[in-house]
Amino acid sequence: MSELAGTNKAASPGGRAIAGPRGRHMTIGPLEYGRRFWLRCFVAATFLLLYAPIFTLIIFSFNDSRRNIVWRGFTFKYYEKAWNNDGLFEAFTNSLTIAVLTTIIATVLGAMVALLLWRYRFPGKPAYEGFMALPIVIPEICMGVAMLAFFSRIGWPSGMPWPLNLSAITIAHIAFTFPFVAIVVRARMAGFNRELEEASKDLGASEWQTFMNVIVPFMRPGLIAGALLAFTLSLDDFVITFFTAGPETVTFPVKVYSMVRFSVTPEVNAASTALIVITVLATIVAMRFQTPDKTEAT
Amino acid sequence: METWKQSKAVFWTLATPGTLWLAIFFVAPLAIIWGLSFAEKTSIVDTEITGTLSNYIRALGTPVYLKIIWKSIWISALATLMCLIIAFPIAFVVAFAPDKWKPILLMAVILPFWINLLIRTYALISVFRTRGFVNFGLEWLWDGANSILAFIGLGPAVLGAFEPLQMLYNNFAVIAGLVYVYMPFMVLPLYATIERLDKSFLEASLDLGASQARTFWSVVFPLTMPGIVSGIILVFIPCLGSFLTPDLLGGTNATMIGNVIERQFKAANDWPFGAALSFLLMYATFGALALRSLFAGRKSGMEV
Repeated sequence: MSELAGTNKAASPGGRAIAGPRGRHMTIGPLEYGRRFWLRCFVAATFLLLYAPIFTLIIFSFNDSRRNIVWRGFTFKYYEKAWNNDGLFEAFTNSLTIAVLTTIIATVLGAMVALLLWRYRFPGKPAYEGFMALPIVIPEICMGVAMLAFFSRIGWPSGMPWPLNLSAITIAHIAFTFPFVAIVVRARMAGFNRELEEASKDLGASEWQTFMNVIVPFMRPGLIAGALLAFTLSLDDFVITFFTAGPETVTFPVKVYSMVRFSVTPEVNAASTALIVITVLATIVAMRFQTPDKTEAT
Repeated sequence: METWKQSKAVFWTLATPGTLWLAIFFVAPLAIIWGLSFAEKTSIVDTEITGTLSNYIRALGTPVYLKIIWKSIWISALATLMCLIIAFPIAFVVAFAPDKWKPILLMAVILPFWINLLIRTYALISVFRTRGFVNFGLEWLWDGANSILAFIGLGPAVLGAFEPLQMLYNNFAVIAGLVYVYMPFMVLPLYATIERLDKSFLEASLDLGASQARTFWSVVFPLTMPGIVSGIILVFIPCLGSFLTPDLLGGTNATMIGNVIERQFKAANDWPFGAALSFLLMYATFGALALRSLFAGRKSGMEV
């Protein structure tokens, strides 16, 4: 710390010199906001408030007490109970199935739209981009009720065998996730060097060969990041699913919603913790792919 | 970039699937709702689109609904303002943090956003409820104060028995929940604009003798206006349309538009009226987006 302060003092002559404890001089540069005491406290307090509820939820999923407030010892009991709760387990399976199907289709659709917007100039392009961003910006509840009205108006069959009974929810999920995939993939493609494509064609590769051997390998990190984004968005969605789901198709968030309305139980904590672990892992992996790596020639 | 005419086949292959999907499974459903908002109920199950404006008139002319709309607006506005006040210092610290720390801090801001909305709301319930952690902590302090007072000779239980605070099922809970849930939406656009800010403006202002506060109001604030506007819109719109937070944290005491819409489509079974309310939300969204493009100038629609 003191070394850092020394270099900063040299770099910023306008820095205020503050006498530290024991007469040691610490200088905080005028732009080093992150080292100001009150700002630090503020940020720390905000992060504490942001994370404390989530951590207490996770910790108390291991608590050996139904009252869920006083610590009575460590147990995996509620994980077992959640696992053996047929309704909860079925809802979890449904959610994962929907998320996987959504991810596959949304990634393909999103990548195609991203390539389209990256590669071509066409009349009405800004309007088209706005149209693609629409599912992202409109309130979720509007989309939810629209899906409800749509599927009942066209008479979408209900009571189909698994997994066909999940089709309506999956379709709705694809519609709101693939624009997100398109944004992520397009951001990745913005760093593509068009000369690579020209070189490939000059060397005799066809359009398709160029696409498979030059463009797709470059696009891959964006595709993975986009796919994981679609996966978490689908797994997390409550509002749109709540309206699209029929009485016989229950997803995990919808199930938790009905459980929470009755009471706060450690089983819900346990199941929530499982979901948090899945989404956080997916997000961290996605973030790693999203950050542009400097080693690659762009 | 090439024009679409150069390779029409590839262009259409890329354009068709996504466009069709959005047209059929997004635009068509919204069109149905839009049509329904001008419809009348003819029987319990049937509705007929008659072009009537009665649903809108009922939403904007009945005191009960007008009150709920007004309440939704001020709750959302207050939550947005709180988000702005909390998010600005955070975005500032992250943007000026050493490069090594930036990704970690950003990740810490974004991560809660990826955790299921329902789970975060549920976590808040267990913190706020009468037998929750806040009350538990307060009770502990209260009992501690009581025993200290008893110890110094003021007699037992001077303060009386602890009355748990009712923190759930009121406007406070809803606003706290909305701030908690939508904070990352405010931090990210603010961070993006502060990061792009030319730091030499700040240095110039400080070197020329302006205080930090003056520099903030005269230099930073105007220059980060696009980020502020983006953040306000990104938080205000989801707040206005929120359904889960007022439903679980507000109960029947803090009903917002989202809850009324849900009731029309589920329990009350009055779809035309629910559709009109949804489209009032949609019009508000479009208005806010138009406002943003006015502020942001030439930014394209895909950038969030």
